[in-house]
Amino acid sequence: MSGIKLSYRVDGDNFSSAGEASEQVKMRLKQLGVDSSIIRRVAIAMYEAEINMVIHAKGGMAYVEVEPDRIVLSLQDEGPGIADIELAMKEGYSTAPDTIRALGFGAGMGLPNMKKYTDEMKITSEVGKGTTVDMIIYLSAK
Amino acid sequence: MMKNFYSVTLDPEKCKGCINCMKHCPTEAIRVRGGKAQILYDRCIGCGECIRACSHHAKKVNYDPFSIIDGYEYKIALPPPSLYGQFQNLTNINYVLQGLLDLGFDDVFEVSCGAELASQVTRMYIDHAHNLPVISSACPAVVELILMRFHNLKDHLLPILAPVEIAAKLAREAAVKKTGLAPEKIGIFFISPCPAKIFTLKTGLGSTSSKVDGVLAQSDVYFRLVEKMNAIKTEPDERMTSGLLGVGWASSGGEAAGVLKEKYLAADGIENCISVLEALENNTLTDVDFVELNACPGGCVGGVLNVENPFIARAKIKKLRKYMPVTRSRIEDFGRDLSYFAWEKDPETMPVFRLDADFGKALMKMQQVEDIYAQLPKLDCGLCGAPSCRSFAEDVVSGRLPEGAVCPRLKEE
Ligand SMILES: Nc1ncnc2c1ncn2[C@@H]1O[C@H](COP(=O)(O)OP(=O)(O)OP(=O)(O)O)[C@@H](O)[C@H]1O
Ligand code: SF4
Ligand SMILES: [Mg+2]
Repeated sequence: MSGIKLSYRVDGDNFSSAGEASEQVKMRLKQLGVDSSIIRRVAIAMYEAEINMVIHAKGGMAYVEVEPDRIVLSLQDEGPGIADIELAMKEGYSTAPDTIRALGFGAGMGLPNMKKYTDEMKITSEVGKGTTVDMIIYLSAK
Repeated sequence: MMKNFYSVTLDPEKCKGCINCMKHCPTEAIRVRGGKAQILYDRCIGCGECIRACSHHAKKVNYDPFSIIDGYEYKIALPPPSLYGQFQNLTNINYVLQGLLDLGFDDVFEVSCGAELASQVTRMYIDHAHNLPVISSACPAVVELILMRFHNLKDHLLPILAPVEIAAKLAREAAVKKTGLAPEKIGIFFISPCPAKIFTLKTGLGSTSSKVDGVLAQSDVYFRLVEKMNAIKTEPDERMTSGLLGVGWASSGGEAAGVLKEKYLAADGIENCISVLEALENNTLTDVDFVELNACPGGCVGGVLNVENPFIARAKIKKLRKYMPVTRSRIEDFGRDLSYFAWEKDPETMPVFRLDADFGKALMKMQQVEDIYAQLPKLDCGLCGAPSCRSFAEDVVSGRLPEGAVCPRLKEE
C-alpha cells in the first residue's frame, strides 16, 4: 500500500489567500478518514508554516505526503532564511513588522506551536537562500 | 422519528437543468444528471442555498400543510421570533399572537420564551465549560455541517436543546395540565423560517423524540395570519412571555448577546460560518468564549421561508424590542432543573466526505482522484453535472458516475 503525494504553491503576494493550502489539505485528510484529532494537529502545524512562508518569505511550496503510518509535511521557501533558528523557536520571538501584527500575527507562537503539535520537526535554513520546515505526524492506531 | 425525511426536494417539471443550485451548495450535495438536479441527501444540511439560487423555483421545502392542525383536539402554535419581523407597521407583538389564536390555534407558546431559557442555561453552562469556545447549536444547518465536516469541533457544541424544542416540551406539558387531555391529543406546531429546522424537528439532533406534531412554513402561514391580524378590532391582551433578549434571537448576534459575555463572535451566512469553523480548527481563533453561527444571511430572519427581506425584518424587530423588558421568562418560573434542557443524546458525526471506510483503500482512491483530476481542464464549469472538476473525479472514483465517464469538454476536443 503506497501513500499519496500532494503539493501546493503558496502565493507570497496575496495575503488574503494565505491558509488556502492548509484548508485543501484538511479536506483531503477528511476524505481519507484520518482521525479528527490528527487532522487538527496537521491543520495547526501546516497553517502556521504556510502563514510563515507568506509573511516572512514571500511564499513557497508546500508538500504533503500521506503514508499508511504517517503524514509528512515539507514547506519550502526561497526567502531570507533564519539566522538563528534556536532563537526563532523561542516562544514570543518574532520579527513580524507592525503592519502584520495589526492583523493579529506576530505573537511569536507559530514555530513553537508547530513543534508542539507534530511528532518531529526540523528546520533547515540558510540566510539569503531560504528555509525548509519538515514535520512528521504519526497516524497511531491506524 | 422519521429516518429518511427530506426537507428540500426538487420539482422536476420546473427544473431546467441549469447549474445554479449545484454551484451554490456549500457541501457539494447537488449534481445535475439527465438534465435535472439531484440532491445527495447524505450531504444536505438544509441551509436553503439552492433554494435562494434557483430562479425557476424548482427547489421546494417539504413542510406540513396547514390542515395538519385539524387532526388535534388542542392546537398550540410555536411562533419563532423571526416571524415578528415580517409585518408592515406592527407595533405590538400581541397582534401576532392574537392572530394565531384567531387562525384556529387554542394557544401560543413563543419560541423566544424557549430562547430566553436557553440563554440562561447557556450562561450557566459556559461558566463551567472546559471546551471553550462553546459553539451555538441553535442553527441546525451549522450543526449538521460540523457533524459532517468539522468532527474536531463537535465537542464544542452547546449540548442543550434548541429554543423551539424547549418551547415544545414546556407547551405540551402545560397543555396536558390545563386541559386534562392525553399528550397525543395535543398538537404542537412550529412555524419554521427554514428547511433546516424542519429537518431536525422531524429527525432529531440532540433529541431522542420529535417534540412537535407538525412543522408549518412561515411563508405559508403568513398570508392567512395577516388577514386575521388585520381583522383585530381592539387592542389584544398581553400574551408575551419573552423580552428583548428572547426576541433578539431572530437575527445574528442575538443569541450571543443573551450569553452576556464580552468575548463572543457572531457570524452569519454559510460561507462565513465555514471560515470561522476553519479558523477554529486551525486554532487561530482564540480568546472567544462563545461562537454564534447562523447559516442564513442576517440570522434566522434570513431563512428561505421568510417573506420579508432579512435586513428590513431585522430593523423592524429592533423597533419592536425597544420598550420591552430584558426578559420575561426564567427557568425558575418553570421549576425545572438543568437536565431538562440538556441534549437527550449525543449527535453522531457523519463521515460523508470519506472516500472509503478502509484507510488503505481511501489512499488508493484518492490517488485515482488525483490522477483523473490531473487530466481535467480545471474549469469547474459544471457541464459534466458535478460542481467542480475535482468532484467529477471523486464521483467517478466513488461510483457516483460510471467508470470511464469522460469530461464532456475533453470529449469535444
Ligand atoms: N519561513 C520563514 N522564513 C524566514 N523567517 C522565518 C520563517 N518562519 C519563521 N521565521 C522567523 O522566525 C520568527 C518566529 O516565527 P513564529 O512563527 O514562531 O512567529 P511569528 O510568525 O513571528 O508570529 P506568529 O506565528 O505567532 O504569528 C519569525 O518572526 C521570523 O523572524
Ligand atoms: S440561520 Fe436560522 S433560518 Fe437559517 S438555517 Fe439556520 S436555523 Fe434556519
Ligand atoms: Mg508565524
